[in-house]
Amino acid sequence: MVLIIAEHQNGQVKKTLAECLSAAKQLAEKLGGEIHAVLIGSSLDELASQIDGFAIKKLHLIDSPELEKATTEKQADALAPFVKGGEFKAVLGPASAWGRDLTARLAAKIPCGLATDCTELRWDGDKPIFYRPVYAGKAFANVAFKNGVIMATLRPNVFPPDEKTGETPEKGTITYDAGSVASQILDIIRKATGRVELTEADIIVSGGRGIKGAENWGILEELADTLGAALGASRAVVDAGWIEHSHQVGQTGKTVSPKIYFACGISGAIQHLAGMSSSKVIVAINNNPEAPIFKAATFGIVGDMFKVVPILTEEFKTIVD
Amino acid sequence: MKIVCLVKEVPDSEAKITVENGKIKETGVKFIVNPYDEYGIEEALKIKEAGGEHQVFILTFGTERAKKVMESAMALGADEGFLVADGSAPDCDSHTTAKVLAAALNKIGFDMIFCGKQAIDDDSSQVGVRVAEMLSLGHASVVNKFELTDGKVKVERQIQGGQEVIEMPVPCVITCQKGLNDPRYPSLKNIMAVKKKPRTVFTLDDIGLSADDVGVNGSFVEVTKFEPPLEKAPGRVIEGEPEDTAKELIRSLREEAKVI
Ligand SMILES: Cc1cc2nc3c(=O)[nH]c(=O)nc-3n(C[C@H](O)[C@H](O)[C@H](O)COP(=O)(O)OP(=O)(O)OC[C@H]3O[C@@H](n4cnc5c(N)ncnc54)[C@H](O)[C@@H]3O)c2cc1C
Ligand SMILES: Nc1ncnc2c1ncn2[C@@H]1O[C@H](COP(=O)(O)O)[C@@H](O)[C@H]1O
Repeated sequence: MVLIIAEHQNGQVKKTLAECLSAAKQLAEKLGGEIHAVLIGSSLDELASQIDGFAIKKLHLIDSPELEKATTEKQADALAPFVKGGEFKAVLGPASAWGRDLTARLAAKIPCGLATDCTELRWDGDKPIFYRPVYAGKAFANVAFKNGVIMATLRPNVFPPDEKTGETPEKGTITYDAGSVASQILDIIRKATGRVELTEADIIVSGGRGIKGAENWGILEELADTLGAALGASRAVVDAGWIEHSHQVGQTGKTVSPKIYFACGISGAIQHLAGMSSSKVIVAINNNPEAPIFKAATFGIVGDMFKVVPILTEEFKTIVD
Repeated sequence: MKIVCLVKEVPDSEAKITVENGKIKETGVKFIVNPYDEYGIEEALKIKEAGGEHQVFILTFGTERAKKVMESAMALGADEGFLVADGSAPDCDSHTTAKVLAAALNKIGFDMIFCGKQAIDDDSSQVGVRVAEMLSLGHASVVNKFELTDGKVKVERQIQGGQEVIEMPVPCVITCQKGLNDPRYPSLKNIMAVKKKPRTVFTLDDIGLSADDVGVNGSFVEVTKFEPPLEKAPGRVIEGEPEDTAKELIRSLREEAKVI
């Protein structure tokens, strides 16, 4: 059997569930058994109904007021006995900030191996091989499991999401006996930006040192708002204090893989590429034809971003309207 | 408090990584302290400098070669260094690496543990969290704000769309993210002082482990082969006046790439 760990936030089950499902189908076919999913939190009924329609045999709910604001330590504590006892050969989850943290703790509890942030599932006969970037994307590793439970997290936006096929998963509940865990969430501080979160965005508009100063973000913000895109940045502009670190893309920032990534005034340093090179289409706008970003780009425009971006925004507005 | 900082030896982030016959070629590569681990060392030194009876330890698991990196980490101002030296280190998965580090931590003692959010070679982001579980400690990962008062740790970490505030008692494991602090550079005085400070090299036997516990034998996963990144088809440069390039780009995104 294959288990998918479903992520949710603000009352929404994340799309990563559908992405894990497409990989889970392959695993279930080769390794045998059903596909199950698990949701963890409190008052999960509404969330559970969002999973209706996916080709998942059974949805398990770990639902307790205790889990309302639970750290991953507590969540792993709740999941471990179930995963251990469930005859699951493989467990898949999202390589989001939450998924990485949770699975590391869970894998240690089982204990089992864990392949983090995979971008492809390959096969060596009937042995799954998890393909994942290492050295910031300068190389890729083929990871094989020697024994134990197979556990992997999948990079969001990379695997094709499975479509709903009309079935309704059976529902089951798992009782949670609160163990003693050390960590406790005191508070969650949300920043209302009105913009999509970087790691979930289909389109990202990113700016680098070419933007010349914090006062010039407006031109990128307008393009981002026109496209419903998230706003990204290189480390250089974060270090300069022109934008917050939460916007940084790259090795020391976020890993993103949107459908379209606009790199405006970004040179394309290896550490920046590490965070965005799995984007489907990369558009580079840079006034230096020698900038390394053009090697990574699908489409490049050599030109002054202060001239090109506003025109691009206007052109997009005409088609969005 | 004994504050232990886990430090991994990794290739310099600027290093050219090449793959040959399915293996990573490391010749000519300069090895450094994993950049994220520096945030942990800095935080530990800040605790010490704020006053009280504290010692800052560096703990590294690697081959004999890693001694140099352990010493560079000490040169930031740590009091003592420990290296678990074993040739199997490169073949250990995250589980096995954590097992070795946990065994060494039990040997040397600890009141607080810092490590990096991820190592920039395997990009695995698991070892610190696994160590916490093995030692039955709380953890907070990818932390960008840290505070210690009355034996309680209060941290902040970036989550989607905001920050999460977590509290837990010491000892615990904190995995550090950029933004936590500004790591210092080693001072000449501290560099000179390293050779006078205690530096211990453990064998597996010293920490109660054997060859069967480590390397490929002790691991759940193995890398069957490394590959260079796929060569991307060269992109297309769109030339012309801004108006024309904008129009042509939108046409390409719609008709060629079919993404809008
Ligand atoms: C350990 C480590 C980790 C790092 N992590 C990250 C990371 O996570 N993310 C990251 O981004 N970087 C990271 N870096 C830094 C990285 O090496 C680069 O320094 C950084 O990405 C450069 O940012 P930039 O492209 O904005 O600036 P620059 O390299 O200065 O490039 C600016 C670009 O703008 C162009 N430009 C200037 N004016 C215009 C104009 N009017 N119109 C169009 N184009 C213009 C220039 O031609 C140039 O290509 C890291 C470095 C290290 C050592
Ligand atoms: N061999 C090692 N020796 C010491 N610390 C390590 C080792 N491997 C990993 N770590 C620590 O664990 C963190 C996460 O590593 P990883 O899980 O490999 O990405 C690193 O930033 C280090 O602090």
